[in-house]
Amino acid sequence: MKVFIDPPNSLILFDLVERFGHEPLSTMAALQERIDNIEVDMPPMNVTLDDVVRGLKYAGIEVPSGVRGRLAVWGPMIEEADAAIIVDDPPFSFGCVGCERSELMVKYLIKRRGIPMLRVPYPNSEEEGKVFVGQVKEFLEGLQ
Amino acid sequence: MTIKIAQLSCGTEYSSVQYEIEKAARSVGAKVVYPDVSAVDVENAVERFGFRPRSNQLKLMIARAVQLADGNYAADAVFITTCFRCAEAALVRNEIRRFIQENTNLPVVTYSFTERLKASQLLTRMEALVTIVTRKELLARERQAGITAGLDSGSSTTKAVIMQDNKIIGKAWTPSHNVVESATFVLNEALAQAGLEYKDIEAMGTTGYGRFTLGEHFKDKVKLIQEELTVNSKGAVWLADRQRGEATIIDIGGMDNKAITVRDGIPDNFTMGGVCAGASGRFLEMTSRRLKIDVTQLGALADKGNWRNAKMNSYCSVFGIQDLVTTLGDGKSFEDVAAAACHSVAEQVYEQQLQEIDVRHPIIQVGGTSLISGLVTAVGEVLGEKPIVPADSQFIGAVGGALLSSGFL
Repeated sequence: MKVFIDPPNSLILFDLVERFGHEPLSTMAALQERIDNIEVDMPPMNVTLDDVVRGLKYAGIEVPSGVRGRLAVWGPMIEEADAAIIVDDPPFSFGCVGCERSELMVKYLIKRRGIPMLRVPYPNSEEEGKVFVGQVKEFLEGLQ
Repeated sequence: MTIKIAQLSCGTEYSSVQYEIEKAARSVGAKVVYPDVSAVDVENAVERFGFRPRSNQLKLMIARAVQLADGNYAADAVFITTCFRCAEAALVRNEIRRFIQENTNLPVVTYSFTERLKASQLLTRMEALVTIVTRKELLARERQAGITAGLDSGSSTTKAVIMQDNKIIGKAWTPSHNVVESATFVLNEALAQAGLEYKDIEAMGTTGYGRFTLGEHFKDKVKLIQEELTVNSKGAVWLADRQRGEATIIDIGGMDNKAITVRDGIPDNFTMGGVCAGASGRFLEMTSRRLKIDVTQLGALADKGNWRNAKMNSYCSVFGIQDLVTTLGDGKSFEDVAAAACHSVAEQVYEQQLQEIDVRHPIIQVGGTSLISGLVTAVGEVLGEKPIVPADSQFIGAVGGALLSSGFL
């Protein structure tokens, strides 16, 4: 199944989803697609003006361009996802969407889809880390 | 020498504008750089900075600013930019600007962008940053020498000044049409006034939107082609005789506005607005046309009115004119409407631009709109301090060009 991860650039979540036999939907994959197939040359994120305009599907013109550009990358992935894992309050180094407004909207879009969703707090100790991995494993194994 | 401009930003890579920023920097011989930070630096920097935004990219901006402030990363200037309309980013952007200025001597410019940003919109700002870094000695020049000319090709008017031995001996202006023709006309007028001929000019400086075209056309004389931010600041402090110490220069132009803070005549922070015509001289021209008076009469008319009697506070010239029509329809006096138009422009300059710099005293108001007394009164009311309007304040760019170009003699 296709699992959207949030933060969408978290390498740890990406690895966990793949390890338990599912396809992670991530920023890395979306950008790789742009480089390999569409050959967009707008580094570092390869987001073009057309993308930002397409982002209007998710947020109106009053919303800052950076939010719309982000949603243009993640919105289609959320639409495509069969399930989602959201890590709440991760530190900068775990991965992030950069912008809190976009983050709020990503969580909302996932909820609106009504797909199976796991929300887990970021672990701050080894014990919490074990619980975190256990929850993710159980969720992914339970996906049909 | 490549000038390194440190970019502190949020959202540029997701707004399709990063390429345009780098293109603008390259076109003025600069390079955009990003101060290196580690994940640990981010947390520590946010803790030290004291403002904890929810958005992680804003935390990264703060960490990069701290690296610059601590001298851990070498850069020559700082460009701080975030998405237009983001309130959280607007707060962080301004506090980072203040932090950089308190902790470094680096020139700073702030900007809020939309996805439609093009390199040309940033060119003047980037050029000014580079000028401040590379031409500090030239910008420190306080006296004009020899016989020099300055040409200011603005969006509304074209101005020429002839200077000799630190005095203005000829000056002229005309509404802008063809860049070269307008400049040639005012230059000849100024020369005639000075009793000189073209061959007598030893050096010339060009500024304003048509500066490159004029630089090419008068290439036998032109020694300086420079953006209007630094040139206008020099002209302003020379005209106001405030070459030492601090000042804020407000230049409400026909197409955009500039607010520049200077220390000893050298700019160290500036904002340049141009998103909305409602906050520019163009709006006053439109108001004058609707009132069927010449724009030169608007100031005196406004001085007789009371802006509180007429509602006009639009962020957009189109809506502003709608307000104007409605207000006139309500039977308000022309005097009150003229005062309200001036107040509206002053208020918007205050709200949109002066919030992005720390206003230093005295305030020097220059440019063609400084001749509209009602606007000067309105700026004074909004800021709580009457601005100084030097004589020949509309010629700042031309004076700056003549003054600075004499540095090449």
